[in-house]
Amino acid sequence: MSADASFLRARNLHLWRGERHVLRGVSCALDAGEALHVYGPNGSGKTSLLRVICGLLQAEEGEVLWQGVSIHDANSAYLASIAYLAHDTALKGDLTPVENLRFSVGVRRELTEQEIRAMLGDLGVADCADLPSRVLSAGQRRRVALCRVLLSRARLWVLDEPFTNLDGISSEQMSMALASHLDTGGLALIAAHQGLQLRSGRVRQLGL
Amino acid sequence: MQPTHALTAGRLIFERDLRLAMRRWGQVADPLVFFLIVTTLFPLGLSPELSRLRDVAPGVLWVAALLSSLLAADSLLKSDAQDGSLEQYVLSGQPLTWLLLAKIAAHWVLSGLPLVLISPLVAIALGVPGHALDVVVISLLFGTLTLSLLGGIGAALTVGLRRGSLLLSLLVLPLAMPLLIFGSRAIELAIAAEPVAGPLYLLGALFVLAFTLAPLTAAAAVRISID
Repeated sequence: MSADASFLRARNLHLWRGERHVLRGVSCALDAGEALHVYGPNGSGKTSLLRVICGLLQAEEGEVLWQGVSIHDANSAYLASIAYLAHDTALKGDLTPVENLRFSVGVRRELTEQEIRAMLGDLGVADCADLPSRVLSAGQRRRVALCRVLLSRARLWVLDEPFTNLDGISSEQMSMALASHLDTGGLALIAAHQGLQLRSGRVRQLGL
Repeated sequence: MQPTHALTAGRLIFERDLRLAMRRWGQVADPLVFFLIVTTLFPLGLSPELSRLRDVAPGVLWVAALLSSLLAADSLLKSDAQDGSLEQYVLSGQPLTWLLLAKIAAHWVLSGLPLVLISPLVAIALGVPGHALDVVVISLLFGTLTLSLLGGIGAALTVGLRRGSLLLSLLVLPLAMPLLIFGSRAIELAIAAEPVAGPLYLLGALFVLAFTLAPLTAAAAVRISID
């Protein structure tokens, strides 16, 4: 694959939200095993950029290419390879974490309950696996949402402030999971205030 | 890694919505309670005479069903949109049309089906003769199914708006008018022991039309609304 045909490539994105020109000609490229750290002050358009790259928002100008094909042409194949972690955890308060993950990951790929419980255990939330999600703390909910990303086995992780509400140990676990994702040829797009330190994998930076 | 088949994905969404409803009975019972209240209030306000009630029964049954289904449509996508689940559906790589159809089906099972099941009792209370009860059930069966599908379009269009409920009614009501007209006409004819095939066929045709187009429309609307 030539340098120009990076796995994920965004070219000259311009996005307007009402009267505000949020993204002004943003370009970025990402290859297998690489992470892109998007940083910038609040309101600088980090989330908007992530949503444009996921195809949730349509940019006024510019295009996003996945393996050389515009994401709007390769839609379902592209979407099947994304795991998106938004500000909202997309957990149903009335369902337990196990049920939530069974449904949310289950629509993407077949998985067993053992897998879910093992992953919840890995992220240290095994003891609340069978409680209604509404009684979980913000950090615990965040960890369950991260389980969704990890379980989805998607090629491209799009993470919006993944370290919010996480304590030191969970942040460390998250960084390790991220590093092993990159080691296996995965890609990650991360919007975060704080710096991103990974043991392995190449981290590119994009300031907005 | 074995990707989930679209059919399985639809079944999971369906199952999930039913399970959520089990944990929140109050919300689910709302449309049914509304239907019962409206239909019981009419005899009190109008006249307890069965002969007079029988004349208005078709209209009362259908208007109550229509309003109750509008009431329910508002909640179809709202909570999923608020907690970000709707975005996850869009990003699941599964056909959104199909997932929304599964959601609409679950919604009908929770809001439309109970109403269809209780309708013979309500019809008897309104003085509808026994020989017309099957038409009441059949017309409401097609009617509530179509209303749930139309409600799906309305909910998808208004899901991004802060005060979408009123707009939803304004969007869905004109589309639901043919249902109201043919549905109550079918019951009227049945009460008069005349052939009812005409209006029932039309209701069936409207259902097929909504079934084919509504999920597609709703999927396109969701993509715009989550913006």
